[in-house]
Amino acid sequence: MQLELSPTDAEFRTRMRELFTTKVPQEIRDTVLAGRHLSHDQIVESQRILNAEGLAVPHWPTEWGGQDWTDLQRHLWHEEMQRAGVPLPLAFNASMIGPVIAQFGTQEQKERFLPATANLDIWWSQGFSEPDAGSDLASLRTSAVRDGDDWVVNGQKTWTTLGQYGDWIFTLVRTDPEVKKQAGISMLLIDMTSPGVEVRPIELIDGGHEVNEVWFSDVRVPGDLMVGDPGQGWTIAKFLLGNERVGVAPVGATKRALARLKSEAADLMDDPLVRARVAELENDLLALELTALRVVAHSSDGAPHPASSVLKLRGSELQQAVSELALDLAGPASLAARADDDSPQEGWARRSAPTYLNLRKASIYGGSNEVQRQIISRTILGL
Amino acid sequence: MDFTPDDEQQALREAVRGLLATTYADHDARRRTVAEDPGFDEKLWGRLAEMGVLGLPFSEADGGVGAGPVEIGIVCQELGRVLAPEPYLASVVHAGGLVAACGTAEQKADVLGRLSAGDLVLAAADTAPGARWSSANDGVRATVEGDAWTLTGVADPVVGGARADLLVVTAALPDGGTGLFLVSPEAVERTGYVAADLTRAASVRFDASAATPLGEPGRDLSASIATISDLTRIMGANQALGVMQSQVRATTDYLKSRTQFGVTLNTFQALTFRAADMYVSLEMAQSMVDWATMTIAGGDPAVVADAADRVGLTIARTGRHVGQEAIQLHGGIAMTAEYAVGVGAAHVEVLGQWLGNGAHHLSRLADRVGEHEMVDAV
Repeated sequence: MQLELSPTDAEFRTRMRELFTTKVPQEIRDTVLAGRHLSHDQIVESQRILNAEGLAVPHWPTEWGGQDWTDLQRHLWHEEMQRAGVPLPLAFNASMIGPVIAQFGTQEQKERFLPATANLDIWWSQGFSEPDAGSDLASLRTSAVRDGDDWVVNGQKTWTTLGQYGDWIFTLVRTDPEVKKQAGISMLLIDMTSPGVEVRPIELIDGGHEVNEVWFSDVRVPGDLMVGDPGQGWTIAKFLLGNERVGVAPVGATKRALARLKSEAADLMDDPLVRARVAELENDLLALELTALRVVAHSSDGAPHPASSVLKLRGSELQQAVSELALDLAGPASLAARADDDSPQEGWARRSAPTYLNLRKASIYGGSNEVQRQIISRTILGL
Repeated sequence: MDFTPDDEQQALREAVRGLLATTYADHDARRRTVAEDPGFDEKLWGRLAEMGVLGLPFSEADGGVGAGPVEIGIVCQELGRVLAPEPYLASVVHAGGLVAACGTAEQKADVLGRLSAGDLVLAAADTAPGARWSSANDGVRATVEGDAWTLTGVADPVVGGARADLLVVTAALPDGGTGLFLVSPEAVERTGYVAADLTRAASVRFDASAATPLGEPGRDLSASIATISDLTRIMGANQALGVMQSQVRATTDYLKSRTQFGVTLNTFQALTFRAADMYVSLEMAQSMVDWATMTIAGGDPAVVADAADRVGLTIARTGRHVGQEAIQLHGGIAMTAEYAVGVGAAHVEVLGQWLGNGAHHLSRLADRVGEHEMVDAV
């Protein structure tokens, strides 16, 4: 056992730190560090800068812009980005559909989509969840019926995050209603400007417009936009969701949020009870960070470690716990959540209630924490 | 960076596990052993010496093996796994550690040589009645006339104190500060007792008892004493981790085998989810224990002190979560002394209250939150 990073990895981390803090504009990083909302253009600008440096999609195959890094280096890249306040590459592009097309797509699909996906020339949305198919994804009902060379899609998707910016959407659709429900699912790539696609905003409890419903009414999708074969959608979805769980514990971002809270609410840090809550959270975050390092040190074959469920579960709990502390420290100032910008209340305090409310999602998405407990008890403990 | 034990470390684990299994194949064996004085198995102690385990932390010049903290941690984990009552932490890690850190060359060669060989059981007397985890012991006061030192006062609890062949005593020095002394048991009055986990401790009364200064006479050794206490805390965390691993394993096995209402308990999601949460706690604790153990090799006392507080807090929280859930998920059987799970909860609690409990470590960490922006693993 050895605690220190090897000289190569230490140098790698220094290089990442330097690139992230010098190449990405300060204004974008300040927006992230302060917990304010990034604009569409800021997210695109940031990803294009990363892509130009070869840092947007390091986990892709090298022929499509990936870097031949170790798992530990990818972990360091991910942590340093969060630490520097660099927006993470858009997950729908970099972590979800990109690796899927690289793995299951045709050569034509790869050439058409992968460079544009890495550079965020195409903003992808995710069309998986439906009103009656969340954690039980296999129950989805949106249908695609063959008509000549095309598929005709009808149905409704929901929880489409940032769908208002989406150029394209990768969807799971039911292409065969007769077979076992997992076997009848396929994946289609759909141009969101196609006739019959409608995006409707959903207002959330934090007041933000982060998710949407996407409706499909007789949307025609060319046959060459199916990824994999008809009926292969479930396999592809499992591959995609397996990727999604890696790096799902946002350790760096949560540590940064807590560090900022300490400095923003510095006048409250004399209270021993506040200090104790901070100390307890810092300790729990250290344990989580160390566990993430143990997991990357063990997953050398690239397959997701079963303990990634542990990271998702604990990572979301701690993310939520830090937001609870911020809200408690803000107190009455948190009522000014939707006050004008000339409000006398401090920004962090005004954002505390929406952030707390928004982060309730963390234990629901990406496989709810109950799903993670199920995975741990079944696959790790054998219960 | 690497969190995986190497082949030699793995071999050490297997060897220690194998040896411990000859004595503690099941919990009944532990019950029989702790029922009689001295509360541990002298034969096993001798075999641990033969295997080199008692000399692991000490240099070869002093009769030891010169192993690193990871190896010592592995031994402690294995001891915890079977709730072995042998006073390894108290005698080798703590008292032996004080001698290794502060003794003269002759003292080290003599005391550590005999300790490593299994011929001498040590105990550290460093706590005044009612005191809590301080490196300054004002329960015992040292006086000197000419070259002759004597100690007066009371130390309690002294873990393993009744059986010890030699006491390593912290005492307030006449000119301030805290010194260390070697004291023969003949020079003191000892009252042994049984702790909540059925291991042994003692109350030791000094009444102008003859004492030999450890290292240079009259020198304040507070800093070294504090560091050895921190090392002992980290090794205690390793031992607690071993206990908790056994508790999670036993609970998982029990849920799969115990039938109620005509089905095994793992049919009930309410129970399997609680087991999953125990596992999450255990993984976090394992990470902290590995990390804290590895910080020792760096040798910076401030880093080790910080790591001891952090792992101490984590173990305190995890110990209660895992221990309480293990008992609850087993039901009544875990309330019996026949069954290891509940006794394990007692053992983890005894380790924490002896070496530093959660409230203590949290309080120390809370004092320091303003000194850093964030806490980094490496």
